[in-house]
Amino acid sequence: MSWAGPEDIYLSTSLASYLDKKLLVLLRDGRKLMGILRSFDQFANAVLEGACERVIVGELYCDIPLGLYVIRGENVVLIGELDLEREELPPHMTCVSAAEIRRAQKAEREASDLKGTMRKRMEFLDLD
Amino acid sequence: MLFFSYFKDLVGREVTVELKNDLAIRGTLHSVDQYLNIKLENTRVVDQDKYPHMLSVRNCFIRGSVVRYVQLPPDGVDVDLLHDATRREARGG
Repeated sequence: MSWAGPEDIYLSTSLASYLDKKLLVLLRDGRKLMGILRSFDQFANAVLEGACERVIVGELYCDIPLGLYVIRGENVVLIGELDLEREELPPHMTCVSAAEIRRAQKAEREASDLKGTMRKRMEFLDLD
Repeated sequence: MLFFSYFKDLVGREVTVELKNDLAIRGTLHSVDQYLNIKLENTRVVDQDKYPHMLSVRNCFIRGSVVRYVQLPPDGVDVDLLHDATRREARGG
């Protein structure tokens, strides 16, 4: 990859135009990290300063602070620039504590596990 | 390099990128590179209610390896041109 000059970083696909901006990084396991991009390379390896994970369960959300993160590029799905003018989340969503979001996450996981086992037991009925 | 050149011709057009995690994003194609990484501008998520965290994302970079489909404008493909280019490339020139 060539080093783009300051005037063409906005034309290229490089992440240079996102440096020092607040970003949302979507990972392959569905996690959402937010932080300021300080470094990157051609594999989309990235360094996020002041990173936090945004956990969303239904209408609840929580930002869990993580610190300085180096993300291996293969795990990156999408890097989005956050528009500071716009609301980050719809107004009906509520911010809760880390303990509460963990509880909600657990409840959601158990509900989906239960749904899975119910489906398995009913498979002989040949639904759909 | 064929599809890289092809996508370069689509820069500035409105496309929908569907990812392997089923997230579909519509936006103006800003740029593309040799890995088929894609940058989109003025993005909106097709199913916004399901992905509330994407609300304030206007511009984004998508890693080429996670793309499943790129949906093009209806007049985005010149099949004959692509066909010719493919044969040319297959002949090694």
